[in-house]
Amino acid sequence: MADYEVPKLNGEGYIDIPKIKPDAMAGKGPFVAKPDFQKALNFPTDFAADPEGGYELVPDWKERALAKMDDLRHRYRSLQLYLDICVKCGACTDKCHYYLGTQDPKNMPVARQDLMRKVYRRYFTFAGKHFPKLVGAVDLTEAVIDDWYNYYHQCSQCRRCSVYCPYGIDTAEVSMAAREILDHIGRGSKYNNEIIGKVFKVGNNLGLPQPALADTLEGLEEDVEADTGIKVRFPLDEEGAEVLLVTPSADFFAEPHVDGLMGYAKVFHEAGISWTLSSYASEGANFGMFIGSYENMRRIALRIREAAIKLKVKRIVFGECGHAWRVAYSFLNTLAGPFDFLDPKYPVPQHILEVTWGLIQEGKLVIDKSQNDDKVLTFHDSCNVARGSRMGDKPGGQFEYPRNVIKAVCNHFVDMPADTIHDATYCCGGGGGLLTDDLMELRVKGAQPRMEALKYVTEQQGVTHMAAICAICKSQFTKVIPYYGFKMDQIVSVHQLVSKALVLQRPVSVQARPDEDDDDDEDDNDDA
Amino acid sequence: MALEIGGKTIATDEEGYLENLSDWTPEVANAMAQAEEQPVTLTDEHWEIINFLREYYEEYQIAPAVRVLTKAVGKRLGADKGNSKYLYSLFPYGPGKQACKYAGLPKPTGCV
Repeated sequence: MADYEVPKLNGEGYIDIPKIKPDAMAGKGPFVAKPDFQKALNFPTDFAADPEGGYELVPDWKERALAKMDDLRHRYRSLQLYLDICVKCGACTDKCHYYLGTQDPKNMPVARQDLMRKVYRRYFTFAGKHFPKLVGAVDLTEAVIDDWYNYYHQCSQCRRCSVYCPYGIDTAEVSMAAREILDHIGRGSKYNNEIIGKVFKVGNNLGLPQPALADTLEGLEEDVEADTGIKVRFPLDEEGAEVLLVTPSADFFAEPHVDGLMGYAKVFHEAGISWTLSSYASEGANFGMFIGSYENMRRIALRIREAAIKLKVKRIVFGECGHAWRVAYSFLNTLAGPFDFLDPKYPVPQHILEVTWGLIQEGKLVIDKSQNDDKVLTFHDSCNVARGSRMGDKPGGQFEYPRNVIKAVCNHFVDMPADTIHDATYCCGGGGGLLTDDLMELRVKGAQPRMEALKYVTEQQGVTHMAAICAICKSQFTKVIPYYGFKMDQIVSVHQLVSKALVLQRPVSVQARPDEDDDDDEDDNDDA
Repeated sequence: MALEIGGKTIATDEEGYLENLSDWTPEVANAMAQAEEQPVTLTDEHWEIINFLREYYEEYQIAPAVRVLTKAVGKRLGADKGNSKYLYSLFPYGPGKQACKYAGLPKPTGCV
């Protein structure tokens, strides 16, 4: 199927640090966004298709790129610091899943950062301006731009390298800045920017319009009723509900995501919490972060605020989505706050796992763990949750909550090797705006470190399924694990496990439709 | 990129999806299937799925979710076909993406 070599797993749980293969991943990068896609995001559109099927850069691209870099290093002092402070100690070199999987030395985080750092030196530092060769400074040329486009789309902004950097340099921020500069000179990525345009136009990454969403949710209500005999609601745009659930649109569309959505619905039902989805803010994911665009990230986040106000909810809860939770947990208040109209008794925002784990601890959910006895679970920490957020009020809650919930609904759970979990977790290989078919080789190879760990617990401890709490992780794994000899249905949503084990006790939803109190209208007449 | 059908050129994007959805004809679907690395000959079973996708798109302006698709297929064609295994046997690159392409629908995007 693949015209490249799929890495062979060694079965030891860890990857041996490979010998470098210079230019192993040289190439053109992902498909470039056409001017039409750039327009919706307020990026420049003064570039045209070239005869070779690609796109030219904008006029004066060099000046405009440097002006943008200058702008960003002043806007984000962290970026300036990261460009200045690296001492080339090498601690990050073997920490990147893409380096480990591809062997391309430009995927060592320090080398990837240096693609920008050497240009920064040339134009913005005294030594680089006067003695460029001495300090490894280079001119900004089209070849450099091509390298940026290619290799800054081989970083999933997972920030594993930052955990090991003695200075805490955040490679993700450098990659984001690079993409923001590229977006201003006609080098946006089609995958990310087409999707953001759909959020502005339709409300979600999929482009799922309100009628289709309503139909999908109705179908899920039928399925849950057929399965359990209980009318569990999946409310859409219901004003006055207590909770606005913001979840990745993949939860409406893909497997095993949708099984997780059914889990959230059952939890709300059982706890008697009224909730609603919004067709206007029908997307948890915020791809504005991936492209380092504060303005677009804010526009996406504001939709959630607007929906919360319009629907008069008291709480905002996020579903299983890795970087949505990072944006929500770390940035939502400054991007779209203040949220003083919400109930201050609850965290703003809240993660669905915080809701579920809270209810489990309070004894409000009846669980039959044996329903998951056909599985031995392990858990993949999503990079953005693990390294960019928290759950609950104690450090490390983001590692504990998902595991606590899994252990509360499953009898068999084991963790993968220690250097591959918690804040040392590996990216799934498809994060950061790289979950596109035109980057399939990168995605397959970048999954290798996680696959090694999964194979190890599969062989040593009989693991049959890996649970995840991120739409990208779930889609990426279902797509790439077959390359490594696993089956796609071995990937599950955490709330899919909850859904399986939860024994519904509440016969009628607190949001039961008035017209379905009962099928016979006579009751209504009697009451009148 | 483009497809040549009966002397007519039909524009497709980088991934082989139609630029203009109104360009679709059954011949387009056949040409796309033949243009795969391992050419696919469309059978009645393929057409059942393709036709359903087109009907759904007509109504909702988007491809159906995998679950919606499997359920509808199960209802129409029998429970033994209402599962993703059956759909993957027809469209090994994924029913969502490959079948949508043949049906002339835009590619589902996002975290899917």
